[in-house]
Amino acid sequence: MARLTPDNLLLARKIIARFPEPRSATIMLCHLAQEQDGYLSPEAMEQVAELIGATSAEVLGTASFYEMFKMHPVGKYCVNVCTNISCQLLGGEELLEHAEEVMGIRSGSTTADGMFTLEDVECVAACTEAPAVQVNYRYFNRVSPDDFDELLEDLRSGELSRTIPSHGTLGNVRQDLHGDRVANITSPSQQVEPAWFPNGDSDEGPAK
Amino acid sequence: MSDTAVDTQESTQEVPKVVSSRFDVDDGHTLHGYTQSGSFEGYAALRRALTMTPGAVSELVKDATLLGRGGAGFPAGVKWGFCAPDVWPRYVVANGDESEPGTYKDRLLMERDPHQLIEGSLIAAYAIGAAQVFLYVRGEMPHAQERIAAALNEAYEANFIGKNILGTDFSVDIVLTFGAGAYIVGEETALIESLEGNRGMPRLKPPFFPAAKGLYMMPTIVNNIETLSNLPWLLSHGVREYRSIGTEASPGTRLIALSGDVERPGVYEVPQGTTTFRELFESERYGGGIRGGRELKMFIPGGASAPWFFPEQVDLPLEGRVVGAEGSMLGSGAVVVMDDTTDAVRACWRLVRFFARESCGKCTPCREGTVWEERILRRILDGQGRPSDLDLLLDVADNISPGPYPLAAHPEAGLEAVPFPPRQTTICPLGPSSVAPITSAISRFRHEFEGKINRKDSIPVTSAGVTSV
Ligand SMILES: Cc1cc2nc3c(=O)[nH]c(=O)nc-3n(C[C@H](O)[C@H](O)[C@H](O)COP(=O)(O)O)c2cc1C
Ligand code: SF4
Ligand code: FES
Repeated sequence: MARLTPDNLLLARKIIARFPEPRSATIMLCHLAQEQDGYLSPEAMEQVAELIGATSAEVLGTASFYEMFKMHPVGKYCVNVCTNISCQLLGGEELLEHAEEVMGIRSGSTTADGMFTLEDVECVAACTEAPAVQVNYRYFNRVSPDDFDELLEDLRSGELSRTIPSHGTLGNVRQDLHGDRVANITSPSQQVEPAWFPNGDSDEGPAK
Repeated sequence: MSDTAVDTQESTQEVPKVVSSRFDVDDGHTLHGYTQSGSFEGYAALRRALTMTPGAVSELVKDATLLGRGGAGFPAGVKWGFCAPDVWPRYVVANGDESEPGTYKDRLLMERDPHQLIEGSLIAAYAIGAAQVFLYVRGEMPHAQERIAAALNEAYEANFIGKNILGTDFSVDIVLTFGAGAYIVGEETALIESLEGNRGMPRLKPPFFPAAKGLYMMPTIVNNIETLSNLPWLLSHGVREYRSIGTEASPGTRLIALSGDVERPGVYEVPQGTTTFRELFESERYGGGIRGGRELKMFIPGGASAPWFFPEQVDLPLEGRVVGAEGSMLGSGAVVVMDDTTDAVRACWRLVRFFARESCGKCTPCREGTVWEERILRRILDGQGRPSDLDLLLDVADNISPGPYPLAAHPEAGLEAVPFPPRQTTICPLGPSSVAPITSAISRFRHEFEGKINRKDSIPVTSAGVTSV
């Protein structure tokens, strides 16, 4: 665990190549490591640092700024209940209380069986669908307390395991950049004015 | 627990769908759907742009007055013109960090019409001479990330992106990248820091625009997702048709997320400037009235950072300048309606807690001040407030944003509007935004605060009648 698998290492190198500077891949690589391990381990941050030419302290410095990176193992499912304004108006805070009660934990903690981490989160951009809940960042809209109980049941029984991957996995589809199609990704110092960009005021479009 | 419901009503002729025409189309997110459905032909606008010079494309966007939809409402064509001359490479960054409480539109645009965003980004890249485009999507939106990734793969395959696009010299790369949970990264210089692999903290100004010095200190245009998503329709239909929607100063449409206490919350595409808040709340087309037939107590016209409006302001149009002059902002198109059962102190606290949590900590008035504000409000809510707390609260707020804070007029109390924007002692507007709910709530509902302080009353104040005791 913790070091990237050979497949993921390959993927990491491809991701780095997409950016003009390797360090710009920091967040994407931290996501990749978290996808592999479910959280972001110190070993993973060391490896990310090696890959992008930074120190592990720099990677930790960046990663620790961002809410989504978990420095310790969390539940298989992160259950995020939005209590921000639009959700608050429609019962988000009561839903959170309900969640704490039925899960038997306070927000910010993980159930003893390691299934769930509950969090009281800020707006998740589903405000017209309040109160909104995310499970591993997948949306559930207009969630009543009964809906919530059902949701937990479905998660426990594995009913939702196909639609909701375990914590860490974001999109199931990745961008795929083929070398032969890429125009020109290099460091800024190697870039010049694009050949197709006309000097001055020519009336023509780009050459055919 | 229905699937995301959006504006599902029939499109009628008088309100054109500029950016939302494929929201209800099942395969609108695919290349096939993009070219076969919607209010313009997918990728025809790119072809059209490529018959023009980049300068002419910029001029066209300038003539249209395409106002930025990310919050500040700055005209896109003008901003593009700020790129430092003769400095290369240049970059385009699409800001898909949507996290302003109440705001829900960019996620829809990314999930339901990613090709529209890609085509818009290509047009912007062409106009400014960009070497590369970054689509920066909020971390917590994997579905949007999947849809964009799939669309990028299709568009590369079809030669809409990459080398020698559509057989011309025009070549540019578009790369998808994610955030990881931080509201402040939506601020454009913080976003650039994040894209460089750093903590997402805003940069000191000047320069005021990343067009001067942005990503890797190179000219960078940061535009909101909705701004870029307008470009394909604009290039397809032309300036005149674009300007025929909305008003002279604010042409076109806006996606408005109408949330809170209305019968029909939803994301609606409305013409700018011609729709009033009343129409938005009450008409069957949009909100369908205040929930349960109750009374309107207050509303937020443009996201958590916007000062509140009250029943006196419902007849104002959704127009940036008007709303600004009246003491608030249209911001990110987030309208939050609160009825007379809303506890003003509690709503205020929740908004302030957001800013306290999301402060990046780079400057002291915001880092310390927002936390103080939240603590004071919390103790008032908990029945532990002190009589001096309101003055203390306003004093802390004044350290972050000195002088009169933007405020809606209150004719009954003889108060005139204080126009937007607020002053700031901080590096970015996040700190001053935390003051909006405080001054808004205290100016109108001081008695609710005092009720909680004097009666040590932690019971929610449920209606205007009860609070005046
Ligand atoms: C605290 C803060 C958060 C912001 N969040 C966003 C955001 O999530 N999305 C966005 O497009 N703009 C956001 N902005 C505005 C951006 O700084 C920038 O003005 C905008 O992306 C420019 O795009 P536009 O000109 O197309 O509107 C934010 C600004 C501030 C101060
Ligand atoms: S105002 Fe707040 S969020 Fe903005 S730079 Fe200062 S500390 Fe950071
Ligand atoms: S306030 Fe809950 S999703 Fe926006």
